[in-house]
Amino acid sequence: MISGVRIRLFPAPAPGTARTPLVLITTSLVGLAAFVVTLGLGEVTVTPVDVVRALIGQTGADGAFVVTELRLPRALVACCVGAGLAAAGVVLQGLTRNALAAPELLGVSAGAYAAAIFVIVLLPDLPISVLPACAFAGALAASAVVYGLSWRRGTSGSRLLLVGIAVTTVGYAVVLGVVSTIDELIHASQLVTFMAGSVYGRGWPELGAVAPWLAVLLPLVALSTRDLDALALGDPVARGLGVRVEAARLRLLVLAAALAGCAVAVAGPVGFVGLMSPHIARRLVGGAHGPLLATSVLLGATIMLIADALARLAFAPVDVPVGVVTAIVGAPYLLWLLVRGRTNPE
Amino acid sequence: MTLDAHDLVLGYGGAPVIEGLNLQITHGQITVLVGANASGKSTLLRALGRLLRPQAGDVLLDGKAIASLSTREVARRLAILPQGPVAPEALTVRQLVAQGRYAHQRLLRRWSADDEASLASALEATGTSDLASRPVDELSGGQRQRAWIAMALAQQTDLLLLDEPTTYLDLAHQVAILELIAQLNARDGRTIVMVLHDLNQAARYADHIVALRQGAIVAAGPPPQIITEAMVRTVFDVDVRIIEDPVTAGPLCVPATTLRTPALQPHRP
Repeated sequence: MISGVRIRLFPAPAPGTARTPLVLITTSLVGLAAFVVTLGLGEVTVTPVDVVRALIGQTGADGAFVVTELRLPRALVACCVGAGLAAAGVVLQGLTRNALAAPELLGVSAGAYAAAIFVIVLLPDLPISVLPACAFAGALAASAVVYGLSWRRGTSGSRLLLVGIAVTTVGYAVVLGVVSTIDELIHASQLVTFMAGSVYGRGWPELGAVAPWLAVLLPLVALSTRDLDALALGDPVARGLGVRVEAARLRLLVLAAALAGCAVAVAGPVGFVGLMSPHIARRLVGGAHGPLLATSVLLGATIMLIADALARLAFAPVDVPVGVVTAIVGAPYLLWLLVRGRTNPE
Repeated sequence: MTLDAHDLVLGYGGAPVIEGLNLQITHGQITVLVGANASGKSTLLRALGRLLRPQAGDVLLDGKAIASLSTREVARRLAILPQGPVAPEALTVRQLVAQGRYAHQRLLRRWSADDEASLASALEATGTSDLASRPVDELSGGQRQRAWIAMALAQQTDLLLLDEPTTYLDLAHQVAILELIAQLNARDGRTIVMVLHDLNQAARYADHIVALRQGAIVAAGPPPQIITEAMVRTVFDVDVRIIEDPVTAGPLCVPATTLRTPALQPHRP
């Protein structure tokens, strides 16, 4: 499926990562299984066999319409959002040499979101396909601010987070200000759901808006993984190795903003996927960014898929925003990281 | 392969650290920069390796201003290892050393047989082949430093610039690293420029010493000629006696001022 295709976009892993193929295969299989199973779950239950039959286009499968027309586009959007956020997390963490860097913590998601809301409210007639570009602009502005304010020959975790919180707060204030100008309450409540991060009701148009961005951005990030590897050794070492440090950092920052922007444009600022996926991936395949990126992208897609299934099913028929689920899992994870960071100064 | 500095002015924004410095690195030799703290020796090394852009003057690599060359081009001719580099968590020695090939790779044509051969010979030369799959952060200080040197060697350059390669190492590992560097020079003919803190180590391993004080070269030349009591007093602000190194017959400095003379310590066993 989509994850199977995605693996081949990445070049051969860097030397010395013997576990990587096994991890990638396992992660893909888990993602694929989650994909098939969650597509069958909901008000109408469809067996995995029937899901597969529906997906490969066999007519007459039970619940084929529910699977391919209602659930499939939403699941694919969830995968794309998870993949985009995870890749943005890998880039931001590598770029800042800081394990706490993630689009949702640095204000990148909030910037993207504020720009998206701005456009949705003020220019409601604009097609969905331009939304990622607008969110990208917002993400870029936010990341430039955060980066400019927190970079002092490197970044400390606390300064990054503090500036990130400030930018996030400003972003959400902009959103609330814009939303409060709307008269129709229903429209406003939809926007607030969007604020928590949700893929409710997302379909083929949203998939068409986000997927092309990923198709371009992910290979570009994959080509930049060796820059991330070199930057991880520190600026002087990287420069000595032949990296144009400033240019590489700017390019990576733009890529991260674009990845977060296109994800946020269709799903709102879903939290913690961009933080957790690279962390888990690092434990599985180590710190080399080629394998790390591939694994993170697969994990991000899988996490979003499962989180969205939980969001749909846990309080059915009420559809909880997926961002609530990722926050319930992700916030304790962040706290754990911070507590562990206190005992281990690295 | 030549590396020269012409009327070099270096600084970090404020008053220049080095003003109007001229220097010629001799091909095939070990040049050691010595000086007190803040004498500008690391700053000079960083400029020679293009990590620091001169405020005025030029560093010339093969006669061309190094600032006009691309970062990649420089990295193919000159490897520089800054002081006390830190490897990220869980990075293996092999992965670290492989990064030395960055400047030799292209966007799409990545790990080649050439890269693999350079990697293997760098590991071999530094005695780290057996450590290749170990995480760098789990190694001893000496092993870790050898891994970093291997990374610089993998760049396959004639010129190797090292900033205090023995910092934080115990004596045995200091000696091992310096012997390794001497071997890289003697066996492979690499030109080496390094900053060393310890004047006696500099005297033993350098073909050519450059002594700096307040950003200016005070003395430069072979250790037996330039290491004098007067020079050491000027450069390090310390009185020394110079005796013959019993191993190499070169100069050996011993501080001349101390309260701890045997006469003052009657109870010392």
